[in-house]
Amino acid sequence: MIDHVGLTGQIDLLATRFSYLVVVALIGIGLYGVTASPNLVKKVIGLNIFQVGIFLFFVTSGYVTGAAPPLLGHGSGPYASPLPHVLILTAIVVGVSLTAVALALVVRIYDAYGTLDEDAIEEVRSHD
Amino acid sequence: MTDALPLLVVVPIVLALAPIAAGRLRENTGWIAAAVAAVVHLGLSVSVALTVRSAGRVSYAVGGYVPPFGIELVADGVSAALVVLVSAVTLAVVVYARAAGPRSNTFYSELLVLTAGISGMFVTADLFNLYVFLEITGLATYALVATGRSPAAALAALKYLLVGTIGASLYLLGVGYLYISTGSLNMADLAGLLPEVGYDSPLILTGFALIAVGLGVKTALFPLHTWQPDAYAESPDSVAAYISALVSTASAYALFRVLYTVFTPAFDAAVPVALDTLVVLASVSVVIGSVLAVLQSDLKRMLAYSSVSQFGLVVAGFAVVNETALVGGLVHLVGHAVMKAGLFVAVGALAAVAGGRTIDDLAGMADRAPVVSAAFAVLALALVGVPPAVGFAGKWHIVLGAVEGGRWIVAGVAIVSTLLTLAYFARVIERLYFRDAPAPAGVAEQPDATAAADADAALTADGSGAGSGGSDADGTPGVDAGDVPDADAVDAPVSTVPMRARLIVVAAAVAAVVLGVFATDLIAAFEPVVEVSFQ
Repeated sequence: MIDHVGLTGQIDLLATRFSYLVVVALIGIGLYGVTASPNLVKKVIGLNIFQVGIFLFFVTSGYVTGAAPPLLGHGSGPYASPLPHVLILTAIVVGVSLTAVALALVVRIYDAYGTLDEDAIEEVRSHD
Repeated sequence: MTDALPLLVVVPIVLALAPIAAGRLRENTGWIAAAVAAVVHLGLSVSVALTVRSAGRVSYAVGGYVPPFGIELVADGVSAALVVLVSAVTLAVVVYARAAGPRSNTFYSELLVLTAGISGMFVTADLFNLYVFLEITGLATYALVATGRSPAAALAALKYLLVGTIGASLYLLGVGYLYISTGSLNMADLAGLLPEVGYDSPLILTGFALIAVGLGVKTALFPLHTWQPDAYAESPDSVAAYISALVSTASAYALFRVLYTVFTPAFDAAVPVALDTLVVLASVSVVIGSVLAVLQSDLKRMLAYSSVSQFGLVVAGFAVVNETALVGGLVHLVGHAVMKAGLFVAVGALAAVAGGRTIDDLAGMADRAPVVSAAFAVLALALVGVPPAVGFAGKWHIVLGAVEGGRWIVAGVAIVSTLLTLAYFARVIERLYFRDAPAPAGVAEQPDATAAADADAALTADGSGAGSGGSDADGTPGVDAGDVPDADAVDAPVSTVPMRARLIVVAAAVAAVVLGVFATDLIAAFEPVVEVSFQ
């Protein structure tokens, strides 16, 4: 744990924990994409970026400084923790399925309204 | 017979493939596969319930890996009761969908995947496994909502997908925080490890907040409910009945597990502010959900907002943190599922006969569909909380527990919500019974047909609503020989309510009352689980 919050401490923090900054950035960018863009496909892309941020968070947690890959016969311990990686493999599969369903729905919506713009669709619907 | 536990998930998921595979050879295999799966599922869940009743908690280690390292499935009094509920609702919806559609094979595949996902959520004892089942449930639900033919249904499904996925991902992030601080994902194991780390550690508090918000989205609590009214209103009737009964219920159950099996009441003692916040959120949800329900003119939207309010009440019961309120919340969870499924089927059936689904369209419907109207009234009053129905048993314990625990806000909100529930259902019952049907509907001249419908209302098989005027409301040839002539099929799509819908609504009404009368037995099944949590 880093208790001293001097300048060197902060640089240390950045140098050793920079992946968490990437996690926060990805989650933020993803959420912004989902909420701010009126384009339905961009919303789905934003959702993917958001999820990738969470995946990176898990994968990072399995990292052990100076550890060998968790494979028998590849160096001796300590090994990196394989469990978060396996969990995230499952979550990636879930994410891919979600993207597939989302894009299928987007295709149907585009066929019906002729646009991917959420505001335009809302306008068409309000005239119905 | 602990092997029945994994089969609860495996059977529907394997049979979900059957309609797609066999559909190449023959049409309409979907319904048969779904019916087989529902019956087998019922047998399995009853056997699990009987085992739990005689032997207590049942545990199963998936793949032979001993928990806490492997994934553990657990059935106790609460999950056994809910799994039986899943079977019963699945069976009812499969029977109803035969008449009401959609009829495609893929619909039944999606329904079975959903059954598997929900069953998994009820029996798993592992936080990450719960995430996987949460997403299986979500995926199947998004697809089912989109089985509505209109483009609005696709839009509602996409909205649900975006919001629901963010909710589930926040849950996953919260699980990540707990995993990083403790190194475990098994619920019972986490209960022991969390106090060692310290309940007030920022990691654990953040994890709790993320999990609560994630499941709050999936349960559709007030500020997070925006996906829900569209999804319920745009999906076909049979889908709306199924997801309103089970999908949010499964998420609320997951919240119960997280609160009581993972965090335990000791967490509330250490960090009271966490559950205080949840009480406030749930109470706001109760009041605003009810008010929005009163403002709706579309019946399905009204029922949807009613769910926002009722789930607020359930979560408030959980968040009071004493045994009485928790039991009340669980009873209301089960009761709401039965009542809301029945109400959605009733509304679908009445709207089909009336030719529209706003409240005003139902004027005078009690004469044209007496059985369904009566059952609707019973279900509505049950949800309001009129004794002896199950709505009363649940609300009574929540209020009692809230008073015991000094949470006056919950007691007050429960009573206000009861009045508001009465307000939005009284409007419908008044239209059904005390208004005349509008004159231009062209149905006033056939009192003999309604008399016939009245006479065979007692569920005899001869009086099925013949799907008249080319409507496809009743696809089974065996019950088409109804004695109601096609006199009134001019502009109304269906002359009377299909037999199957009538059967389901009456069964739901009877179940709501029977569950209420035997509420003490239900409570007796929940109490051992609740007592363990409070030790």
